[in-house]
Amino acid sequence: MSSVKAQDRQASASQGADLLPVLRVQNLEVTYFTDAGRAKALDDLSFSLKAGEKLGIVGESGSGKSTLALAMMRMIKAPGRIEGGQVMVGDTDLMALSDEEMRQSRLQRIAYIPQGAMNSLNPVMRIGAQMLDAVKSHVEGVSKAEMVERCLAALESVDLGRGVYQMFPHELSGGMKQRVCIAIGILLQPQVIIADEPTSALDVVTQRQVMETIDRVRTKINAAVILIGHDMGLMAQFVDRVAVMYAGRLVEVASVREMFTDPQQPYSRALIDCLPNLKVKGVFQGIPGLAPSLLRLPSGCAFHPRCAHVMDICRTTRPEARTEPDGRSTICHLFDTGVQ
Amino acid sequence: MANLLELNNVSKTYTSGLINKSSNTALRDFSLQLDEDEPTIVTVAGESGSGKTTLAMLLLGFIKPTTGQIIYRGKDISTLRGRERLDFRREVQAVFQDPFAVFNPFYTVDHLLSVPIKKFKLAKSKAEARDKMDEVLTAVGLRPEDIIGRFPHQLSGGQRQRINVARALLLKPRLLIADEPVSMVDASLRASILETLRNLQRDHGVSIIYITHDLTTAYHIAKSIVVLYRGAVMEAGDVEAVIKNPRHPYTRLLIDSIPWPNLDQRWGEQEIIARESTDANTGCPFYGRCSKAMERCKLPAPLFQIEPHQAAACFLYDDQHQIDAACLSEILPA
Repeated sequence: MSSVKAQDRQASASQGADLLPVLRVQNLEVTYFTDAGRAKALDDLSFSLKAGEKLGIVGESGSGKSTLALAMMRMIKAPGRIEGGQVMVGDTDLMALSDEEMRQSRLQRIAYIPQGAMNSLNPVMRIGAQMLDAVKSHVEGVSKAEMVERCLAALESVDLGRGVYQMFPHELSGGMKQRVCIAIGILLQPQVIIADEPTSALDVVTQRQVMETIDRVRTKINAAVILIGHDMGLMAQFVDRVAVMYAGRLVEVASVREMFTDPQQPYSRALIDCLPNLKVKGVFQGIPGLAPSLLRLPSGCAFHPRCAHVMDICRTTRPEARTEPDGRSTICHLFDTGVQ
Repeated sequence: MANLLELNNVSKTYTSGLINKSSNTALRDFSLQLDEDEPTIVTVAGESGSGKTTLAMLLLGFIKPTTGQIIYRGKDISTLRGRERLDFRREVQAVFQDPFAVFNPFYTVDHLLSVPIKKFKLAKSKAEARDKMDEVLTAVGLRPEDIIGRFPHQLSGGQRQRINVARALLLKPRLLIADEPVSMVDASLRASILETLRNLQRDHGVSIIYITHDLTTAYHIAKSIVVLYRGAVMEAGDVEAVIKNPRHPYTRLLIDSIPWPNLDQRWGEQEIIARESTDANTGCPFYGRCSKAMERCKLPAPLFQIEPHQAAACFLYDDQHQIDAACLSEILPA
């Protein structure tokens, strides 16, 4: 059984240290042009991932998590537009590809398991036919038998029997459907897998099964995984690094240990503090205020109206990212040089 | 001691098909009593398909039990008519899972509050109705001037869910059925909704049946817990005891699978055994997935009382005192 062990995770992180990043996102910007004005959903966003590494992206609803996933897949629809930036997978800049090349890259270089993926299966098509569709549209010059074999192998790698190939979606449970979607995601062995809240509709036991499945296929094909979600508990148990997103920016990126033992940015701290634990019963701690509307972002730091450590400079000046040599980055005036 | 609500050996079976009838027991022989004088919060927990929502529907009178009775303040709820039925409708309120689906997008959110006021004739004038709305919105921590006159799409999920709680509060209920009220809102907003629910119980004397699959929130809000699996009670008792020291193999698996935000706590020590498709209508429903399954588990296990406030339906504890399923409430802490 491949349970997600802390030691394993550290080992895989250090192993990847000498490798070049398999994914580099640089200065990615997405704006939605709505009737009410322009909303910058991704604001100059950069990060990188090594092969086999697991990155968690957390944030409240509306912070831009799903926009980031869609932008990396180049699936942003009007009124949204990718305004700039690069998404490098290996040596290829996805933003520079033609539409047809991009279509080929999806699933082959970068796969996306959308939120509520299990509802994305076609109810009147057998699972096998849907998987075959995905292979057919990407691979040429392969016999049908070989393609079928590939689908069956993918189903087996997510712990589903070969019999599932002949079934309809309604014959499967929610967790099984979710695993079918993971199987489709790994059919062509992509280098990067983006999973957008893959388990938010599942109960804890099934959630653990699905996450263990993702972890196992990740090891098998050595893909980098981006896990998007708002469950900090799941992040603590699954990922190597955590990125906290707020109003379209990554306000803190740190290793999972640093994030949980010593969060720096006040918003990450608040997110960690509002987690339930078994030590103090009956204490609920929320984050005061609401996530800001992207149409009317507060001046300076977008978090300043809700921040417990707000200073004068936070109201006027937009903080810039400060990156430490070990890769930890924080966007907060508290850590500006010279400010105590 | 009068009971506000009594469920006596309630079962619900869904059947389908005309000729080849197949049946599915969603809730099996479930008994629970809530005391009228001491408002409390009881959690009913379980994974999808455990019969949680069937229980909520039964309690609200939307569906009828196949066997057994649901008694609300001395009257079987399926026999309520006229005035009594209206009272029941007012006194038993619900908050549902999805704060997005319960609003009609064409009306402002006050519609959700003004309809019950009209329907139950709670106010004599418009000004009084407005005062009542202001009062309940303030009680759930919202500012009425921010809310009244707005459309659902202008509000966040957390705000909408709190309006649902406000609507329930408006009718001064005796019992609130909360079916997964926080599973669709952000973690940062969960706290405020749970806090609101707890205040309802503490300050307004409302009993709450909190239905959830999330044991962490259950732990913080409730006093007692009933764990269901495929419609049968697996374990019940004091929430502190059940969550910190689960006894039934199913509860153990459930608690072991919670991803705690604690790096030193290993996730998933126990292996998950895939669910077998064999029909488990006889015997322990967890039989096919249990690592400790024995031959005798093919027969249904009664509840064994392990601690004063903890009981599990498992033969592992057959040296303990056996209790009748109908007396489940006696082991729940008051």
